[in-house]
Amino acid sequence: MFLAKVYVTLKPTVSDPQGQTVLATLANLGFDTAVDIRVGKYLEVHIDETDRAEADSLVYRMCQTLLANPVIEEFRYELELTSEEE
Amino acid sequence: MRFGIVVFPGTWSDTDCHHAVNGVLGQEAGYIWHKETLLSGYDCIVLPGGFSYGDYLRPGAMAGLSPIMDAVKDFADSGGLVIGICNGFQILCESGLLPGALLRNKHLEYRCQWTNLRTERVDTPFTLACEPGQVLKVPVSHGEGNYYADAATLDHLESEGLVLFRYCEPSGEVTPRANPNGAARNIAGIVNAQGNVLGMMPHPERCCEEILGSVDGSLLFQSIVESVK
Repeated sequence: MFLAKVYVTLKPTVSDPQGQTVLATLANLGFDTAVDIRVGKYLEVHIDETDRAEADSLVYRMCQTLLANPVIEEFRYELELTSEEE
Repeated sequence: MRFGIVVFPGTWSDTDCHHAVNGVLGQEAGYIWHKETLLSGYDCIVLPGGFSYGDYLRPGAMAGLSPIMDAVKDFADSGGLVIGICNGFQILCESGLLPGALLRNKHLEYRCQWTNLRTERVDTPFTLACEPGQVLKVPVSHGEGNYYADAATLDHLESEGLVLFRYCEPSGEVTPRANPNGAARNIAGIVNAQGNVLGMMPHPERCCEEILGSVDGSLLFQSIVESVK
């Protein structure tokens, strides 16, 4: 079994009003050294697969077809072996 | 003619669309559950507004991969008319039938209000009953209608005349104030290169009768009916 930790973030060219709003609120709270915030998504995908290369290929295809929208988002992931069992 | 109205889990404007094309315009209309894989006997497919799959992940992300969408793509490729309204526009972008994406509204507010739309072309099946430059009063109701595409795509849309509707003042002037969501270049609706697939955030089906405050939406559906004759 593998655990894929998938991070989906807006492309740098896409504005993020949600992040700006959170940033403004942090500033109101006195956290004035926080200078920028981008809000993204974090997904945990458990994969019933024993081969790392195969698991990696699956996660990549999942991200490309559904988990991220390539028009506005980027993705990256980490793959962890969680157990040796099928 | 016969309209086919696709229903996804979470679609909410399906019965409004049915009422507009059948109840008001007197055309045949049928519902199509998103698990269907065939489309036959329809002249125009409507992807209505709503919150398909609860807007989970991204608006239209799951619906764009529903079984019916392969059939919708084949239907569009063979020249069939497809109109995606609000969530339907988001689904068309997610499925790749139209370029770009719909982002969270710039001000983060959900906007349910009247807008004015400048009709940029009247030589499409969706606008042939309109006058050139006609301003249509049509409501929006969305939180993620901020049209985004990279600069090259936007320039391509402009140069090919694929922007069909722009948010404008009642006078027709395109201003930042008239833009309800921050959409790039005030874009409210676009068509594909072949001109047979339209995506738009405003809801024409909600303004086809005087009692609703505007009848301008019926011009779109009348155009479709005339183009199919």
